Amino acid sequence: MQMSSRMKNILTPIIAVFLGILVGTIIMVASGYNAITAYQALWNGAFGDIYFIGEVIRQTIPYILAGLAVAFAFKTGLFNIGVEGQLLMGWMAAVWVGVSFDLPKIIHLPLAVLAAGVAGALWAFIPGYLKARFRVHEVIVTIMLNHTALYITNQVIRSVLSDGKERTDMIADSSSLRSVFLESITDYSRMHWGITIAIICAIIMWFILEKTTTGFELRAVGFNEHASQYAGMNVKRNIILSMVISGIFAGLAGAMEGLGTFGYMAVKGGFTGVGFDGIAVALLGGNTAIGVVLAALLFGGLKVGALNMPLEAGVPNELVDIIIALIIIFVASSYIIRWFIDRVSKKGVK
Amino acid sequence: MGIMDILQIVIPSTLLWAAPLILTALGGIFSERSGVVNIGLEGLMVIGAFTGIVFNLETVSVLGSWTPWVALLVAALVGAIFSLIHAVASISFRADHTVSGVAINLLAVGVTLFLVKLIYDKGQTDIIQKGFSKIDVPFLSDIPIIGPIFFSNTYWTSYVAIIIAIIAWFVVFKTPFGLRLRSTGEHPMAADTMGINVTKMRYIGVIISGALGGLGGAVYAQSISSDFSHATISGQGFMALAAMIFGKWHPLGAMGAAIFFGFAQSLSIIGNSLPFLENVPSLVLLIAPYILTILALTGFIGRADAPKASGTHYIKGSR
Repeated sequence: MQMSSRMKNILTPIIAVFLGILVGTIIMVASGYNAITAYQALWNGAFGDIYFIGEVIRQTIPYILAGLAVAFAFKTGLFNIGVEGQLLMGWMAAVWVGVSFDLPKIIHLPLAVLAAGVAGALWAFIPGYLKARFRVHEVIVTIMLNHTALYITNQVIRSVLSDGKERTDMIADSSSLRSVFLESITDYSRMHWGITIAIICAIIMWFILEKTTTGFELRAVGFNEHASQYAGMNVKRNIILSMVISGIFAGLAGAMEGLGTFGYMAVKGGFTGVGFDGIAVALLGGNTAIGVVLAALLFGGLKVGALNMPLEAGVPNELVDIIIALIIIFVASSYIIRWFIDRVSKKGVK
Repeated sequence: MGIMDILQIVIPSTLLWAAPLILTALGGIFSERSGVVNIGLEGLMVIGAFTGIVFNLETVSVLGSWTPWVALLVAALVGAIFSLIHAVASISFRADHTVSGVAINLLAVGVTLFLVKLIYDKGQTDIIQKGFSKIDVPFLSDIPIIGPIFFSNTYWTSYVAIIIAIIAWFVVFKTPFGLRLRSTGEHPMAADTMGINVTKMRYIGVIISGALGGLGGAVYAQSISSDFSHATISGQGFMALAAMIFGKWHPLGAMGAAIFFGFAQSLSIIGNSLPFLENVPSLVLLIAPYILTILALTGFIGRADAPKASGTHYIKGSR
């Protein structure tokens, strides 16, 4: 029996996750750790307590948005490695609005979220425009803009948002996504209202791509640029639009950190990593909205659970970073996994 | 402060910061010229820096003053082995080169920090006792004017990097091997038709990039940072990538770009001690390499085009 391609699409990421965990286990055993204790610690640290579940969801929020950002651009055939930079710009814009104004919550919070979206969109517009106008590859431009964003945000925090300090003030309560209710039901984790924004964005992405003409055009450009051009679509406009929407998602991911988890922004020595993990989330989720949400939940669980591994099992939490990197490699190498599935399912017939 | 004094501060410092960038950018050239995009340079530098520091710490009591040099070789070897992951994924398993490169970066950081904790039971290594230190090149530093500027208070590694860049130029542009490497990156099918083993050439390209990336990381770690932690390599690999593009995938061009970026990096550190730079915000110097690369790609500073087939998979029989 030949397996349907839909089945293969679902099976491939599952096999990739399995292989990642398998290699992670081998590494642990080879380093002399007890793998079973380590995975128990990982599980307990992610789902063992209502507090940890709250933290997992808190971590999942930016992952969903970063994953949507990468996935959305992918659908138009663009690789947005710049999610990290757009996220930083969004974070900065949200905190900027958060600390500068004193408005009623009904205006202040949406304004801060909007600012983050706009900042992310503008930062993503640059590679989109350069790609459309000059045919410059977006991967290189977004990488360069990541570093530029890191230095710019650091400089703004030091010289504009504070007097030479390493972090901004706390944002005003009226712009905060924090929720006493959500915190209290999860034993005072840092879970916040951003989860609703993340879910709404996932639905919006699905709706745009699957139910609108614009979405059809965006996907068409991703499938075949020349055919789309021939069919009368404006390829350049679609490339820019795709990057801008992707940038909005990335900027919102920054807002989640700025308005929800932290409530401030500090000078950073390096990247947050959320943007790069977003690539893993999007790939594993097959660039679909529902897949991104599920993959984000998995990576959120892994990341938060990992913090418990050194405490309970004495295993460095970097093991989870290794597993995530391996999963990316295995998903990216899906050609070989699909080939393998074909072999196995064909053998079954004989 | 006279012009001589300024040059004597700026040039050695520029060359110090440029050396790791030159080596890593050359690595990127070998990979991309063979047709494999290598975003993983950053990760390869991380591996090199880690290997260099750990090897240095563990063997300094035996090898003495030779330690940093042997550590360089070991780091190059480990970098080459690590790059095999990228080669297998992106050449044999047809993974997207960029995705695989991103994974290499994440994997390198994860593996090295895991090992640091495993070996030393803390987040960073000790500081090495025997790194590369400042030297005056014998004889050459006695030449008037040129001697004090180019050959005093400097590091051997800077000259090694420049010599390797010249060798790389010769290999890529003047040898049959280089011609074959470039042909697989420009038009793999034509290369295959002429009897060149495309897969083999691409593997070689990636492995050389791993060795040079590892070398670059180890040079950085042993001459600038002196220990290894999560922050040791933070963006130098991407800056090397920028140098490669800014240098238009040409070894000597990349060397020039790397020296320029090294200049910008060193200025953002020593700039305050120079009279004419006091008023330039350090932000401008920090982001200059990245902005210039974007401008170069856009065509404002002479258009930079990648090898034609870079980033594509060569599948025999497909057209």
